[in-house]
Amino acid sequence: MNEGQLDFLELRGITKRFGDFTALADVNLSISEGEFFTLVGPSGSGKTTLIRILVGMDSPTGGEISLNGNVINDVPANRRPTCMVFQNLALFPHKTVGQNVEFAMKIAGVAPATRRERANELLELLRLPADFYSKRINQCSGGERQRIALARALAFDPEILFFDEPLSALDYRLRKTLEKELKDIHRETGKTFVYITHSLEEAMVMSDRIGILNHGHLIQIGSPDDIYNRPCNKFVAQFMGEVNTLEVVRAAEGRVRHVDSDASFEIISDVNDFESGFLIIRPEVMKIGRAAAELPNQIQGVLFNDYALGSRVQYQVRSEDGESHWLVERLQDDPFAASPGQSVTIGWRPEDSILVTS
Amino acid sequence: MKSLVHWVRQPGFLNALPVGVFLLVGFAGPLVLVLLYSFMPPKTFKLDQLPTLENYVSVVTQSYYISFGWSLTLAVVTVILLLIITYPIAYGMAKLFGKWATLVTILVALPLLISENIRLFGWVLLLLKNGIIDGSLQFLFGVSLSGLLYTVPAVVLGLVYVYLPFMLFPLVIGMSMVPDSLKEAASDLGASRLQIFWEVELPLSMPGILIGSLLVFILALGSLAESKILGGQVIVMIADDIESAFTFAQNWPKGSVLSVLLITLSLVIIFFLFRKIDLDRLVGRR
Repeated sequence: MNEGQLDFLELRGITKRFGDFTALADVNLSISEGEFFTLVGPSGSGKTTLIRILVGMDSPTGGEISLNGNVINDVPANRRPTCMVFQNLALFPHKTVGQNVEFAMKIAGVAPATRRERANELLELLRLPADFYSKRINQCSGGERQRIALARALAFDPEILFFDEPLSALDYRLRKTLEKELKDIHRETGKTFVYITHSLEEAMVMSDRIGILNHGHLIQIGSPDDIYNRPCNKFVAQFMGEVNTLEVVRAAEGRVRHVDSDASFEIISDVNDFESGFLIIRPEVMKIGRAAAELPNQIQGVLFNDYALGSRVQYQVRSEDGESHWLVERLQDDPFAASPGQSVTIGWRPEDSILVTS
Repeated sequence: MKSLVHWVRQPGFLNALPVGVFLLVGFAGPLVLVLLYSFMPPKTFKLDQLPTLENYVSVVTQSYYISFGWSLTLAVVTVILLLIITYPIAYGMAKLFGKWATLVTILVALPLLISENIRLFGWVLLLLKNGIIDGSLQFLFGVSLSGLLYTVPAVVLGLVYVYLPFMLFPLVIGMSMVPDSLKEAASDLGASRLQIFWEVELPLSMPGILIGSLLVFILALGSLAESKILGGQVIVMIADDIESAFTFAQNWPKGSVLSVLLITLSLVIIFFLFRKIDLDRLVGRR
């Protein structure tokens, strides 16, 4: 993380109600200067409401937002030193690329020559050829528009740059490229970026820290590593993708018992204050075949199907008692040969499982 | 020949045929007749004589420029007043009124179901000496406003009143084409309300503004009833001259010349407006 002022942007008890519906419930968060912070949540989690409040297009029902120590609740959007890249980009269709990028400077009364120079610098920073300056917006592709929107926001020289899922409409490959590019731009400019998305995968790639939002509650804040390896509950663990989830209760010391199958598994988490909850095992830590033979936690099952995922292969294994279905992944170069219908052993190391209470 | 038969048998052509014939007989035909009559000798009702420019010369040398001037001036004034009056209403209908916009639409469109002349006579009753306004003022306050009717402002009032829907509805459509997110983006980039209006709303709603202005301009340019009913004899508009030439003066060729000049004037204005302003480019569609 970049050195910079901590508590640069601070949210204290932000609440938003629409009639009886609570969109945001007591959100507390502080973001430090120069950080790339991403808010992740499924649709309806309140993330768009939150970012609209932060930008100044909506006001909270309760709570306080302060930027650099000053409360900015009542400062309208056009007077806040922050700027947003919109989900639909909201580029001005009647202006050229150059005029779009220069918009904030024109509003601020910057001289045309200076404006043009700065616009060209930004186009270069965003890897857009100089002849784009006089192009019209509808002559540009989706990825180019993305970069123009970012250049337009950067030209405002905001203290914080907000992003409202700007990549969600793009195809997978372009999105992957732009995710990295965005992280590079963050590094190059040193600005504070606050990004919202429904894709935890996207958040992982770019962010210094991630906040998980669900039903208007901020349920976990942490580094990508924290969120991935130490999820606070089943929801966060499942949000990243497919995981094996077992409903378990406390068994003997160092073990939990699977409610459905009565099998018990070794864990390393401290279970003294654990009564019941879920054991989470990600497909990629699961072993199959010979690699699983020596492991303390084993399941005998039948290989039901396999799926090629590019760099990895995923297997669906059904336990012999039929009580549970398992997902197992292994890397392509890891030798394993079995065909559907065949009996296999799968297993995992106790330290690779995650125990959560809710 | 075979391709012609093929073309004629296409459903598009066949579907367009009835309206095509109707327009040919009812619209293009009379226009051609008017054009032909304009080259006939004065006061004739026949079309079989040698063409002459006599009528054009006489119209140009006489004082018809005054009627043309009034028509042009009043049309421009009507367009400007209507832009000022309807812009806020249109903005409300497009962005603020929500479900009430439908009610406003109905209220604005309802008077169109009543004949324009009858509505104008309603205004006569209001503005007349000892009429509703004047009479009420005399009764209540003892002051008299007897000179309201038969004035140029009364004609302008009539034009603004009658053509309001033709400006309002294109404006509403033009304004609903401006996405709210663009205004939010402009605000987010520091623009004040006035700057948002000037930089984003106005240019993007320009197609609606132009179409409304053009409609009202053309309609007002050829208007007759307003100046006759509300203006009395205070001014003569060009449509009035055309009517007198065809009816009272029984001089069809002269009426035709005035008509041809009026149509040409309208066409020239439309042509220049649309050539100078590329609507698609204006809103970034091309």
